[in-house]
Amino acid sequence: MDRLVRRAPRAAAVVVAVLLLGLPPFQSSFTLSLLTQALVWAMLAMSLDILLGYTGLASLGHAAYLALGAYSVGILATRHGANFWVTLAVGVALAVLGAAIFGLVALRATGVYFLMITLALGMVVWGLAHRWVSMTSGDNGIAGVPRPRGLPWALTGALPFYYFVLAAFVLAFLVLWTVVHSPFGKTLVGIRESESRMRTLGYNVWLHKYIGFVIAGAGGGFAGVFWAYYNGFVSPADAELATSVEILLMVALGGRGTLFGPALGAFVIVLLKNLVSVYTHRWLLILGAVYIGTIVYAPEGIVGLLRDRLKARGRAPLRPAPSP
Amino acid sequence: MARKLTVIILAVLVVIAAGLPADAQKGPIKIGVISPMSGGAAQAGKDMVNGMQMWLDENGGQMAGRKVEMIVEDSQGQPNIALTKLQKLVERDKVQVLVGELFAHIGYAMAPKVDEYRIPMLYPVIAADDLTQRKPAKWVVRTGWASSQPSHPFGEYAAKVLGYKKIVTLGIDYAFGWEVIGGFQKTFEENGGQSIQKLGAPLNTTDFAPYLSQIKRDADAVFALMVSGSALRFPRQYQDAGLKAKFPLIGGGTTFDEFVLPSLGDEAIGGMTPLQYSAALDNPVNKRFVAEYRKKYGKVPSYFSETSYTSTRWIAEAAKAVGGDVENREKFLEALRHVEIPDSPRGPVKLDAHGNPVQNIYIRKVEKKDGELWNTVIHTYPAVSQFWKYKPEEFLKQPVYDRNFPPCKYC
Repeated sequence: MDRLVRRAPRAAAVVVAVLLLGLPPFQSSFTLSLLTQALVWAMLAMSLDILLGYTGLASLGHAAYLALGAYSVGILATRHGANFWVTLAVGVALAVLGAAIFGLVALRATGVYFLMITLALGMVVWGLAHRWVSMTSGDNGIAGVPRPRGLPWALTGALPFYYFVLAAFVLAFLVLWTVVHSPFGKTLVGIRESESRMRTLGYNVWLHKYIGFVIAGAGGGFAGVFWAYYNGFVSPADAELATSVEILLMVALGGRGTLFGPALGAFVIVLLKNLVSVYTHRWLLILGAVYIGTIVYAPEGIVGLLRDRLKARGRAPLRPAPSP
Repeated sequence: MARKLTVIILAVLVVIAAGLPADAQKGPIKIGVISPMSGGAAQAGKDMVNGMQMWLDENGGQMAGRKVEMIVEDSQGQPNIALTKLQKLVERDKVQVLVGELFAHIGYAMAPKVDEYRIPMLYPVIAADDLTQRKPAKWVVRTGWASSQPSHPFGEYAAKVLGYKKIVTLGIDYAFGWEVIGGFQKTFEENGGQSIQKLGAPLNTTDFAPYLSQIKRDADAVFALMVSGSALRFPRQYQDAGLKAKFPLIGGGTTFDEFVLPSLGDEAIGGMTPLQYSAALDNPVNKRFVAEYRKKYGKVPSYFSETSYTSTRWIAEAAKAVGGDVENREKFLEALRHVEIPDSPRGPVKLDAHGNPVQNIYIRKVEKKDGELWNTVIHTYPAVSQFWKYKPEEFLKQPVYDRNFPPCKYC
């Protein structure tokens, strides 16, 4: 029965891949753009999970990297006619640079203090977006971001753009998957479990955390680039605290410490916000109920809950369920 | 038997057909509405929907002889949600006309998409100057106002009639705030006044003490631009700081609009602001509108309600002008741009060549009548354009008003 536990993620991955690849051609462009949006948020949530899930650092500043990536596109594509590759390179580079600087400050602290410092640093980026009007157009935002230029495909319709973002998502997933399954990723988990033990074993804990922090930032910037192209619009709302909180909630809802979890959380929240609110103005109640339900019944998130269920089924019923 | 059945079926069909309106094959006119129905701006969003619903109810839910279906979507006050809802309304619901929103940045975000979809969209509230000045969108029809539009006449009024020489401005630090203040500063200074200090407080400021204590003591008055949440708190703090007795409080229209007045106390009395509407406007159309609105929704209509009410009529007038053929979008858009309403609650309205309403601007003073606060109209500037007395071409050469424009020469 242990095989079941090991095989379940693989089976799920195959099912998800088939759905993501095969269903879209039969969907309306409205549904397609919701799926595209969910993929972008999934990239954001997965990158944040490097910090929250794998390293055990809760950051409230992830929207900063989203904004750095998005504003790179907004500014370069509308004012300088830059092509996709330039905006992607600059967007990710800026996010890496931002994370490299912020990491130096934030990683001096842990726990709540880390949370507060990342929050403050996130607000710095929001402040720049809001106040540096000549560069960012202030709170009016930058409108009219065109679809990616300089690619062999035109990407005009909703379907080509969906596959374009899906490809980016797969790339992000593979990179992050490689990171978390590498010795480096295992070291991060070790740090999460016991920082002092890792230090005693001779690991440079700070450097590992720092690199993890920068990778998460780079992932945020990468997603931000696609966010700007998807919306055609960039504004300080992208850098807001509420956005950071939302990404954090996606990770918590889906299940931190897994890559599937945050992606799933992103899908659930994007669909709840956009689709449920079409049917009822009381959608906030439903969203709230989902959060509370998760905290009470699935503190490890949806994926964590499924994993525990599978494990519980695999074991003899007499033995108590393993405590997390 | 078969023949009998055929006759019966035919008879039934004839009865059904006779019962249908003449142009039933066209279906209803669908109006898509995007407004914040949850989050911080939900109340204003509801005021907007109420205004629209009221017009429809009064007119049997019909425009140009066709039934009207209104589909309301919640933008949650977020640009990306608003864009998704815009797409939903256009692609899934196939609406023929859109109405919506409140926030300037969402207006800017939607405008290019609206042009892409080629569906006319009315902006009854969004006031960002450049939407009808330096960055116009073909398919966006503004039926509300431009931020600096009421400020221009008011700057002149403050200098000439009120006789103020030196003014301190304190505004919410975002684009709308600076546009309102910029328009005021420009005409105030051109009429001999001096703006001696420009203070900006972040949106969602709860404690204004740090700003109030900075106010220069040689000012004649303070011009404050507040919105919703800050408008609720500011007048009391201004009075508690002992400033009300020393410096009269004037400001932008939203500082004392009908949206916040019921929640304010005597501290608001005397506040003077300009806007294109006041619930206290003394004309028969408005009196009826206010009475009916109160009966229906239990409160005084705000400018959000009035502009949405008038915008709904706007759509109806345009639909009538094209004989109900709103499916012909180019023609419908043309008709929307040429609507003239001589008797809306706020007074006569029509669009200028740049697509912004030309309308009366009312100088209003908060007074207490029968235990309620009202914006009594003390002066009317008739038919004010967004360009005031300037030539549009010359006006458009200057940058849009912001934190640094006009510069604070006398600070």
